[in-house]
Amino acid sequence: MQTKRMTFPGRWLPYALLGPQVIVTLIFFIWPAGQALYQSLLREDAFGLSSNFVGLANFTRLFSDGSYLNSLSVTAVFAIGTTLLSMSAALLLAVTVNRMLRSRNAYTTLLVWPYAIAPAIAGVLWWFIFNPAIGIVPYALEMVGYRWNHRTSGGDAMLLVVIAAAWKQIAYNFLFFLAGLQSIPQSLIEAAAIDGASPTKRFWTIVFPLLTPTTFFLMVVNIVYAMFDTFGVIHATTQGGPAQATNTLVYKVYADGFVGLNLGASAAQSVILMVIVVVLTFVQFRFIERRVNY
Amino acid sequence: MARIKLDGLKKTYPGNVQAVKGIDLDVADGEFVVLVGPSGCGKSTLLRMVAGLETISEGTLHIGERVVNTLEPAERDIAMVFQNYALYPHMTVYNNLAYGLKNRGFKADEIERRVGEAAGMLEIEAFLTRKPRQLSGGQRQRVAMGRALVREPAAFLFDEPLSNLDAKLRVQMRVEIKQLQRRLKTTSLYVTHDQLEAMTLGDRLVVLNDGLIEQVGTPMEIYSRPASTFVATFIGSPAMNLMPRAYLEARDDGHSFSGVLDDLPPGTDIVGMRPDDMLLHAPDEPHLVVEATLELFEAAGAESHLYVRMEGSDQPTVIRTSGQPPVDEGDVLRFHVPRTALHPFNEASGKRMQ
Repeated sequence: MQTKRMTFPGRWLPYALLGPQVIVTLIFFIWPAGQALYQSLLREDAFGLSSNFVGLANFTRLFSDGSYLNSLSVTAVFAIGTTLLSMSAALLLAVTVNRMLRSRNAYTTLLVWPYAIAPAIAGVLWWFIFNPAIGIVPYALEMVGYRWNHRTSGGDAMLLVVIAAAWKQIAYNFLFFLAGLQSIPQSLIEAAAIDGASPTKRFWTIVFPLLTPTTFFLMVVNIVYAMFDTFGVIHATTQGGPAQATNTLVYKVYADGFVGLNLGASAAQSVILMVIVVVLTFVQFRFIERRVNY
Repeated sequence: MARIKLDGLKKTYPGNVQAVKGIDLDVADGEFVVLVGPSGCGKSTLLRMVAGLETISEGTLHIGERVVNTLEPAERDIAMVFQNYALYPHMTVYNNLAYGLKNRGFKADEIERRVGEAAGMLEIEAFLTRKPRQLSGGQRQRVAMGRALVREPAAFLFDEPLSNLDAKLRVQMRVEIKQLQRRLKTTSLYVTHDQLEAMTLGDRLVVLNDGLIEQVGTPMEIYSRPASTFVATFIGSPAMNLMPRAYLEARDDGHSFSGVLDDLPPGTDIVGMRPDDMLLHAPDEPHLVVEATLELFEAAGAESHLYVRMEGSDQPTVIRTSGQPPVDEGDVLRFHVPRTALHPFNEASGKRMQ
């Protein structure tokens, strides 16, 4: 489509308009990313007084380090668990709300609220709910004969962080699923009803396939969220424990760099994380957006 | 194959809004009935009640021998063609046609046979492997028809199926729908707001206004004897001209009307005249004569429309003549309306008198 373009005279206006964004990107992304890249090739001495160039040694060491490989698999479990839980719960809520007529807006508003809560606060909230000593959930589980303790059980801890991380993301996924559902013409559902499809069958043969663009988009967004945006949740609940059971890649970058003060290893890990983000973004734009249309 | 019988059907929405206010209608087996009316008259709601997409607030609905009031749409043995076609965008044309059969547990070879047959009938065999978005509007319309007819249902329901097509395609598909219905002899209910579509398609028309039936009859019955002023002005284009009787009486000079108005049934105070019944030349039979000033002349090829204003009246009037009469805008013309072409109405009730 040919659109009419507005042009402004003057050479400085475009730079002035772009300036703030470029400066923010430079200071908060390009510079630290460059630092991380540079640091990942260095090793500091124990006192932080000198550092020397070690090439890719930080990387080769990481991949032979058992705790790093463990963190990789922990992250995979955590990301998949969080994505599945938050997306299926959100889809269920969206389908339910979409059937409402009058109360739809009220439910939508309420369901979106959790998204406005800071990750650390959400973490503390779940820390209270699941606290083995004072929490309501362990108390309830106790009654059915399950002793919940995420401080000693790696499985319990993983479940806790998955629930805490997923809960926040449900609001976001819900909005997208609801919008996706509302963009499906009602007449399609009616045609399928006349064509003899039960409500369940209509969902799986008509609605769900038509939601695939939304589903794939959310899948990438959720994986990225689970891998990179959940530091606060983990820090507030388990701090990566017990015994590294919830020590995801992002949390380990912090733990190794700022607690363990192994800056070289920490920087190498963040470089690997950056590569993963690049790959995921590439997948989203190149592969998914092109293939998932109907 | 089935008869559809509506007894006192009503639809009341929350807030006591009545969309359909009590409809009785008997559609015979194999009949093509068109529901026509202006937007908001309840015709689509009525069709959707028959389809099972809207609940029935009151009354009973028979399809065939069964009362289907509370049955699911799928159990009513009907097929519906939607205004926007409602094709499943992620399925090929073949799967669009086969979907309803698969859901009903037909065997694979039977599905293939029926889809092939329907595709052949509608000439869409070449597109069976395509997705709906790769089809033109007319082709999508055919697929939507195909999806209805593969199921061989008891009745077809059409919800303004042609209103998304351009004028030329609309005429073509109208003819095809009519031919197809003649061949299959499946009971059909067709909703439209287009009076020309209604006139040409239906065995019978049901003219709806504000949730109630104004008139039921064959297209020609309705055209030649409209039961109310609403039907008179809704069916036929340009619309029928309605003149107060008092106005015409005031124009009566004693001899040119020759008592024509006295013959009108008692209670008549509105006289309707079709635009093509107002003649420039006097016929032999008894007739009215009115004078009017030509305000606008519209030549439409085979026919012309004369927009005139009668002397001492502010009501615009349309007249249709064949060919192109030698008249100019501003001329004062004399029109002759045969006695037999006058439609007598009562103003207060809006009903036809006689």
